[in-house]
Amino acid sequence: MQPAQLQTIDVRALQQLDTAGAVLLLRLLGPSPTAADLQRFDGLQAAHRDLLALILNRRDAPLPLREHHFSGRAMLARMGQATEKFWWQTRQLLGFVGLTVQTLGLVLIGKRKLRMTSVVFHMEQTGLDAVPIVTLLTFLVGAVVAFLGATVLRDFGAEIFTVELVAYSFLREFGVLLTAILLAGRSGSAFTAQIGSMKSREELDAIQVLGLDAIELLVLPRLIALLVMLPLLAFLAMLSGLVGGALVGSLALDITPSMFITRLYEMTEIRHFWVGLLKAPVFAFLIAVVGCMEGMKVEGSAESVGRHTTAAVVQSIFLVILADAIFAIFFMELGV
Amino acid sequence: MSDNTPDAVLQVRGLRSVFGQQVVHDQLDLDMQRGEVLGVIGGSGAGKSVLLRSIVGLKCPEGGQVRLFGADVTGLDDDARRPFERRYGVLFQDGALFSSLTVLENVKVPLLEYFKLPLDLLDELALLKIRLAGLPAEAAHKYPAQLSGGMRKRAGLARALALDPEILFLDEPTSGLDPVSAAAFDELIRTLSAALHFSVFLVTHDLDSLYSICDRVAVLADGRVIVTDRVDVVEQHSHPWIQSCFRGPRGRGVGGSFQASQAREH
Repeated sequence: MQPAQLQTIDVRALQQLDTAGAVLLLRLLGPSPTAADLQRFDGLQAAHRDLLALILNRRDAPLPLREHHFSGRAMLARMGQATEKFWWQTRQLLGFVGLTVQTLGLVLIGKRKLRMTSVVFHMEQTGLDAVPIVTLLTFLVGAVVAFLGATVLRDFGAEIFTVELVAYSFLREFGVLLTAILLAGRSGSAFTAQIGSMKSREELDAIQVLGLDAIELLVLPRLIALLVMLPLLAFLAMLSGLVGGALVGSLALDITPSMFITRLYEMTEIRHFWVGLLKAPVFAFLIAVVGCMEGMKVEGSAESVGRHTTAAVVQSIFLVILADAIFAIFFMELGV
Repeated sequence: MSDNTPDAVLQVRGLRSVFGQQVVHDQLDLDMQRGEVLGVIGGSGAGKSVLLRSIVGLKCPEGGQVRLFGADVTGLDDDARRPFERRYGVLFQDGALFSSLTVLENVKVPLLEYFKLPLDLLDELALLKIRLAGLPAEAAHKYPAQLSGGMRKRAGLARALALDPEILFLDEPTSGLDPVSAAAFDELIRTLSAALHFSVFLVTHDLDSLYSICDRVAVLADGRVIVTDRVDVVEQHSHPWIQSCFRGPRGRGVGGSFQASQAREH
């Protein structure tokens, strides 16, 4: 409710005035007061008059309305944008893969240098340093799988098949998949953050201006390190999962470790191991390429580094699981 | 300088700041009067920003006293400090705007936190601060990332002014601005401090700012304030850093133009 129009306003008792008070005083003058209206204040101090005049001067523009995007058309537009973005992202990823493979080829025929120090450094960071977490996690999952299997199989008196359950799942799937997912979260994100912060500090531009190649310098060492280390870690993960299963077997199911090993040796074919390990380099490639590419896409701000790091983890885990599903269908058709 | 100047809004006594082995301030004294624009200048690493952070409570000094509005605020806990924090505003180097909020929402943050105001008055006040800081009304709904460096500083200023502070702390407000924008920003500070009656604590590298808007200049060197006075007095001081700063190749031009502008006025 607007206060009634006042002809003159007695402000003789006014001692202090802040901007909020001044705005409220000006409201008393009506909807759109002018400088002349300040005369209607009776007994206004000079300092207060200056403040009121300044505020009056800056109250020229109303608050612009904020645009809201809730209409059906806006929704369609956003769907279109998202589709287009997905398309561009796929193209970018394919382009980056091509560039990386090309540089890798140039390294192989000796036209580009392989940065050995950098490769070893990243092998330590992504491989060796990840050993504790990978073994612990797969050990725990191995134990859980054995428990789950045992509870179901006991009803059929087939507890001994727990060995096959753990062996199949870890050799074919869990060993390599869990390792890949862990490394996507651990190393893929680190690649993005490292390269991204370099990009935001213009270090990538400096590399280019110095006549160097960012792919050769930054991407290849990380890619090669992961290509070497992920299969090794996956192997370790398989072993650790089997140990977890064997432990549960001996503690809760009366399957002694020697029985576990004999059964494993007799019933599990080596092809399961190769099927699992074959996937490791593919996953390593996906994680390294997505991590490095997202790093290169960072712009200026620190906020952008965080956004792209998240995107790298989400994308690489998505791609790893997608690739794993394709592999599963492929091997099933092949009958191995 | 007497200890109980009646109108000193800020008194620093015997301040000592230490980082590991490195002593940044030792026995540092500084006074600021109500309504004045005090420029604080010093070489890189002289501890200007540390001084500002010690005064506004972002760093607890290793010794000495900071008095704001006559009360000792050294080492107060967060709750006891809050009544003082309402009475000063800080503009950080790049504005330090909250990146997930629009400019208008940024300015409203302190208002919402401290007062229960009707929404229309809140919007009107926030918009007024944005306009006072010299931004167009259209900037109100923009996000910090959509603004240029100069506009971000103005938006940061609008937020610092939200609670009608009695002291405004500015950390290198003109760094990263082109000379024209820098001069306009100096002018804005001068105008606003005159109209809204706040004191300004200005940490700067910019000699132009010292000459154009500061009532007094404090020079930080050797861990202390070596002189606090009008800029034309300070530039005569015999300390070697002051000499190379004001008499050096970059100082002379500014001093010359200052004398020229003085001559024009008389």
